[in-house]
Amino acid sequence: MLEVIGLTGGYGDKKIVKDVSFTVNKGSILGILGPNGSGKSTLMKLISGVLPAESGEVQIEGSSISTFPPKQLARKMAVLPQLHTHSFAHTVRETVSLGRYPHQEGWFSSWSAEDERAVLEAMSLMDIRHYEKTQIDRMSGGEQQRVFVAQALAQDAGILLLDEPTNHLDINHQKELLDTIKKQAIEKELTIVSIFHDINLASMYCDQLLLLDKGSVVRIGEPHEVVREKDIRSVYKTRISNHPHPELPKPQITLLPGVKNKIATHQICAEDFEISNGMVLYRSPTPLKTVSSAVVNAGSGWFRNFMNRHVDASYNVDDSVQEMTDFIEKSGLKTTDTVGMMTAVQTQDAIVKEYESLFGSVVIAVTAGVGNGVDVSKAVERSVRVGTINTWILVNGVLSNEAFIQAMITATEAKTKALQVREVRDPLTGTIATGTSTDSCLVAATQQGESLPYAGPITELGKLIGVGVFECTIKALELYELAKAKNL
Amino acid sequence: MYSMSKNIIAYGVSLLILVGTILLGVTVGTVSISPSVLWNPSSDEAAANILWNIRMPRVILAGLVGAALAIAGAAFQGLLKNPLADPYTLGVSSGASVGAVMTLFFGISIPFLGPFTLPVMSMIGALLTMFAVMSFAKLVDRSMKMETVILTGIIFSSFLGSIISLMIALTGEELRQIIGWLLGSVSMRGWPYVRMALPFVLIGSFILWLKRRELNAMLFGEERAQHLGVDVKKSKLTVLIGGSVLTGAAVSVSGTIGFVGLVVPHMTRLLWGSDHRHVLPLSFINGAALLIVCDLVSRTIISPTELPIGVITAFIGAPVFAFIFFRQRKGVA
Repeated sequence: MLEVIGLTGGYGDKKIVKDVSFTVNKGSILGILGPNGSGKSTLMKLISGVLPAESGEVQIEGSSISTFPPKQLARKMAVLPQLHTHSFAHTVRETVSLGRYPHQEGWFSSWSAEDERAVLEAMSLMDIRHYEKTQIDRMSGGEQQRVFVAQALAQDAGILLLDEPTNHLDINHQKELLDTIKKQAIEKELTIVSIFHDINLASMYCDQLLLLDKGSVVRIGEPHEVVREKDIRSVYKTRISNHPHPELPKPQITLLPGVKNKIATHQICAEDFEISNGMVLYRSPTPLKTVSSAVVNAGSGWFRNFMNRHVDASYNVDDSVQEMTDFIEKSGLKTTDTVGMMTAVQTQDAIVKEYESLFGSVVIAVTAGVGNGVDVSKAVERSVRVGTINTWILVNGVLSNEAFIQAMITATEAKTKALQVREVRDPLTGTIATGTSTDSCLVAATQQGESLPYAGPITELGKLIGVGVFECTIKALELYELAKAKNL
Repeated sequence: MYSMSKNIIAYGVSLLILVGTILLGVTVGTVSISPSVLWNPSSDEAAANILWNIRMPRVILAGLVGAALAIAGAAFQGLLKNPLADPYTLGVSSGASVGAVMTLFFGISIPFLGPFTLPVMSMIGALLTMFAVMSFAKLVDRSMKMETVILTGIIFSSFLGSIISLMIALTGEELRQIIGWLLGSVSMRGWPYVRMALPFVLIGSFILWLKRRELNAMLFGEERAQHLGVDVKKSKLTVLIGGSVLTGAAVSVSGTIGFVGLVVPHMTRLLWGSDHRHVLPLSFINGAALLIVCDLVSRTIISPTELPIGVITAFIGAPVFAFIFFRQRKGVA
């Protein structure tokens, strides 16, 4: 356990670190964050004892580090500095072996089996065993970094102080190194304090974070308590946006650049939709921010092309995503830039209409097939049949996250109302259907022009969506029934 | 360990070369002596006399001086992380000379030291100069860049040289011999000088050898060494004292011989790596061998005239110095 109590210090009269206190328990990692010149490295020097503290104390297991002789301290605490200087040529092995210095006693050589084991293990952990005999000055910055991390690990100390351990490393080695360190922390119950430049990496790997600004602690706690838009913005003086990690319950940040790429202003119009007997296609000159439940590129993202493709009622492919991807590529579009949906409805029957209001306009596109109508309140296990309502809502405006979700809700409500009015029934239960088993919805926005924070049913945007989706769905259902009647 | 066989070769080759140079040193000269005289002195009494009373002390003294300067150079280079550092380039040799010349000039004799007064005064001169050079270099440039340290060494060297010149000028004839001595020579010294230098060379080398692991750590910077558990202040002081003892001992018996401390550790590192556990003892052995050869050349090359040994070492050393400087500056490691 490492305890830092009211640590203050710096160079000469200048106090660079002011009254910093924290505790790190065995098996856990504390990440230190802060802008350049915030005193992170100085804090590290004070903790390691290289720089004597003006006031305050650093304690290991309850005793002050000033009471330990140098070698004994080095057996308890290993340090990875930010800058590495080395003169004369050294092999990787010689460099890592130096980590065993604090374990060497006596006048004569005393290289023990334990020393050998620690060095080999450290080299294996850092994946540098095959470089054993290589001169470190002939290695790349990233490889050297791994050698010095191995040197610190070979020290076999319970406490590790790391100053930007991922310096010079590519993303794979960043991950590998931090995975290793995290694993060591847990398995060997190490206490780790590490400086990070990358807030996202720190958030992912640390149990606790400490945000430092001008030498003082701004915030300390679990990542979700520290990586907060407001604090990060004010300390780093930069615009960021906060979002969750896709796999871990840890916050991540995204930089919002001060200079944006010049994007031509663009207006979505119903006339620009290309409707053929194979598909409904809308190609936007600028990417639209999109949320959808499509087959290809579902979820959220920025896309230029929107495809609603007609497939035969008997379409049955094991990997429909791959098949759809291939289809998109064959159509001359890029999969990375295209949202793709499918429908068994004849795409000529698609309804595309533009709705205008004071803030701007919304284009609604609907294809409806309800051979598979479902009353969601009575949905029980049933075989999937073809029949889909695909609803697109393309907005000329800037939508917030709430607005995207509200737009979906509003659209769904409008669709259900349309089914009710048309008295579409669930063939199994005989009750009014609320949708089909495979409906898809897509909301996309130019993110230009008017800011539209909400899209509930009584907002200007919500009104357009409600009316538009309702009308278009009614029309699409009429066409669907006409087509069905014709086929009979 | 994988490097075991490499070490055996390193020490084996170095010792073999040393024994070879000793044999050459005692047999070659204006009078050629058969090596058999070594183990059969009765075969040629006159030759045995030359061998044991003139050549052997000279060869051993050259070996001791070479060993002392080389191991001191290796330690200074490690301590300062500066491949151009050695007792000569740092001005420490000049400091030792001033100590020695002052002893002769004022006829100083410290009672209980007796004949050891001269080396002890040299050591004090070396140590004081060492501290002065280090402090001044640090004052000029906290990071103690290679060039700064060497330039400081030159400044002190010139200044101390002028003090020696002044003392010589003041004494007139009797200290003229000092000039020859200053250029560096191991001739006409005999066994008393060997006895005078030997204990200090051994003690100094042992002190440095004790700090071999600390020197390894300090190659990665003083802060890093501290992280690794090295008591940096204590180790630095120990190395400076050890190096000064060696320089003082060498200068007091042979004058200033330049570049041995530069060339030998450099070659040793190039051949056998930078680990001080081996650089120090190997530099010791190779330094001895090199100076024995240089001495042999100095007394045979334009025989019967003898060149000062410092001429030979400078002849080899200066180009090596230039070469190292060039490589460092061009960033070729």
